[in-house]
Amino acid sequence: MLTAIFMYLKVFLVGGIICMIAELIEIKTKITPARILVIFLMIGAILGGFGIYNYLVEWAGAGATVPITGFGNALARGAIDGAISNGLFGAIGGGLMATSAGVAVSIGLSYLVSFFVSSKSKKN
Amino acid sequence: MNKAERNEEYLEYVERQTPKTGWFNSLFHAFIVGGTICCLGQMFGDIIKAFNPTMDILRVGSWVNVIIITITILFTAFGFFDRIAKFGGAGTFIPISGFANSISSCAIEFKNEGLVFGIGSKMFFVAGPVLVNGVAYSIIVGLIYYICLLF
Repeated sequence: MLTAIFMYLKVFLVGGIICMIAELIEIKTKITPARILVIFLMIGAILGGFGIYNYLVEWAGAGATVPITGFGNALARGAIDGAISNGLFGAIGGGLMATSAGVAVSIGLSYLVSFFVSSKSKKN
Repeated sequence: MNKAERNEEYLEYVERQTPKTGWFNSLFHAFIVGGTICCLGQMFGDIIKAFNPTMDILRVGSWVNVIIITITILFTAFGFFDRIAKFGGAGTFIPISGFANSISSCAIEFKNEGLVFGIGSKMFFVAGPVLVNGVAYSIIVGLIYYICLLF
């Protein structure tokens, strides 16, 4: 029980600190959110490519995988795992394969939702 | 000359009048909201693992992302997400919920411009750069690793 509470504390701390760094960058340098997303994705992909990010995932669980750096890590790890198991084909497609479910759900469900919901500002 | 002076005065006035929310406060909000979303993710993961103890950790992570994305898009559709995003700042757009929200809110926003050039292309206004960069990095990492494996 105590280890579970400690685990959730670690998740909260790591996830919160990653978001706090992004907020600090946004306030201090006025970089737009889209650019910050790309920068964090790149950091995650580089750390994932060298295998450093996996230690953070083991230590903090969802605190490391849910932020966009975890998405970059999943892309890089997928490409590496693909290269090991499927050779050149896996090296090219592995990243997308590892993250395909999330990307597919966000595109498909957004498409579906946009049929039923209209933006409020356009109506007036 | 007179105009420049007036502009300067006006800028000072704007500076005085804008409410000082304080950057420390928004940092704290980002920390709280970001941490909470990650904890929710961990909770979903624990529930999945309780039902499926044999599932490997990567598959669990994918499932967690799928659940968070689904909840975010539904929240965006019902209009709750804007309020959370206003409060949380980077705490909502750095977790995977920001990626999902950017796609769904752009799809809803540009619905009026048609199926192909409205929803179909404007959907990726923010998510497009993320996807393009992410896929490009993953191919680079994969190719480097493949070449390293050959020797």
